[in-house]
Amino acid sequence: MSNPSNRSRTAWLFLAPMIILMIVVAAWPLGRSIWFSFTETNINDLSASRFVGLENYFGEFGLFANPNYVDGFWKSDWGMSIRNTFTFAFFSVALETLAGLGVAMLLNQEFRGRAFVRTAVLVPWAIPTIVSAKMWGWMLHDQFGIINQMLVNAGLITQKIAFTADPQYAMWTVVAVDVWKTTPFMALLILAALQTLPKDCYEAAKVDGVHPLRLFWKVTLPLIKGPLMVAVIFRLLDALRVFDLIFVLTSNSSSTISMSGFVRREMIDNGNMGYGSAASTSLFLIIFLAAFIFMRLARVKLSEESA
Amino acid sequence: MKHRPLWGSIALYTLAALLVAISVYPFLYAISTSLKSGAALFDTHLWPTAPSFANYIGLFEGSQPFGRHLMNSIMVATVTVTFAVLLGVTAAYALGRIQFKGKGLLLLAILGVSMFPQVAVLSGMFELIQALGLYNRALGLVVPYTIFTLPFTVWILTTFMRQLPKELEEAAIMDGCGPLRIIFLVFMPLLWPALVSTGLLAFIGAWNEFLFALTFVVDDAQRTVPVSISLISGANAFEIPWGSIMAASVIVTVPLLALVLVFQQKIVSGLTAGAVKG
Repeated sequence: MSNPSNRSRTAWLFLAPMIILMIVVAAWPLGRSIWFSFTETNINDLSASRFVGLENYFGEFGLFANPNYVDGFWKSDWGMSIRNTFTFAFFSVALETLAGLGVAMLLNQEFRGRAFVRTAVLVPWAIPTIVSAKMWGWMLHDQFGIINQMLVNAGLITQKIAFTADPQYAMWTVVAVDVWKTTPFMALLILAALQTLPKDCYEAAKVDGVHPLRLFWKVTLPLIKGPLMVAVIFRLLDALRVFDLIFVLTSNSSSTISMSGFVRREMIDNGNMGYGSAASTSLFLIIFLAAFIFMRLARVKLSEESA
Repeated sequence: MKHRPLWGSIALYTLAALLVAISVYPFLYAISTSLKSGAALFDTHLWPTAPSFANYIGLFEGSQPFGRHLMNSIMVATVTVTFAVLLGVTAAYALGRIQFKGKGLLLLAILGVSMFPQVAVLSGMFELIQALGLYNRALGLVVPYTIFTLPFTVWILTTFMRQLPKELEEAAIMDGCGPLRIIFLVFMPLLWPALVSTGLLAFIGAWNEFLFALTFVVDDAQRTVPVSISLISGANAFEIPWGSIMAASVIVTVPLLALVLVFQQKIVSGLTAGAVKG
């Protein structure tokens, strides 16, 4: 190869546009958002901001340790949104992983029409989130929805259920719709991992008469654990920043509002840039921490070598 | 698997049929709803008794400029993808083919940006968009969309770039090709499949984005389709025009669905390059 220092200069030259752009559109706005979180700023006049230190975080009307939270932190809107987000992320990712595993195992079998099933499975993934939120909102409609109709016809319920409005059901509805939409993603990633597994190992196990379940636990699962965990992290990070599905399906109701929804409501609808930014900065830290803890527990390493 | 017992086959095909039904039925029902109007909307049968395109036609002549919104979305997504791919290819060449100091850290930073919650930059981005004079303009959305499309494009293209044969590059250097010519004349033809899959994934991301589009564009004429669909409303608050909403949803989804189904192999390879090996 040609002169290494020359090559390295080329590399930085080629990277410069991307790096500059990422600084302008990601690092700078992030820095400004964090700065806003220490100020009192109204959305209508960003220049008239007043530095208030940690007031937005721990002050009288702050996010944490707020004396006005008479029913305790977890009953406040912010506390609820944290709890909602984690409930949503935990159940949707867990169910998606299980469903994805099942679908991938099924698609890994040889049968007639497999290509067709595989294509059909992709459909929910290809549908935009807003569309799937509206579509399910309509199917789960409390009066005219087909799901309620089916449940009544089957004699399972006598009174139609307000799936998206009733606080008792709203969160589970959101989780179900998310599972429907993202299981294909999980399934495809797991399927890709399954197809790299050595076939002869399975032939041998079959000859030895190893029980399929045992084979799954002792051989398949450990072998696909790496890719599986990476897929789970991707989904987990995605689920923790959920906004659009909840905003459209349940109109950001307090029983389902997510941290992102809370941030947007405070920042844009109520115009409190400072307070909203404090929430967005907290969200950033909370998600970062959650991902870090999860990666530690799952012992996943994201290194450049694996890229 | 030639020796599957009968009950195994039955279970397999039953599960497969169930899977197809669950995956496809909701969208078929959306299409069906979009063809119904008036009282027929509340009939839950899949096959509409008197199908009509009234809902579709209504979208383009009503008070909501849906055609305009479609054009906005196409424009924003296309510009975003072009931008991300052009910058992504050159950056991926540097990251995939050249050894230099600080590369590992840079790759980690790129991965970090592509995974971080976009809402964390909302207020800073609001200020930036206003300062650039792009507030309330559809095309301005390209700026925030770059946050998630660019790092992800770079990440996937780097993976593909790395797999290209070394000999090819060496031969090109021997022939006196500069890096730019290597990228665009030697590698580009080989990278087509990767470009298609990354381009499509970036397009889908930009096409579906909701949070920024909802926040940075308030003017009705400048909206993109996801926001447009979420805001379709009826004559009064109690009457939600489900037929129109489903018609708009079908229009927005069909091209995407067609792209995904046609290019499914490429998209899956792009996703796995980005995630499984990541």
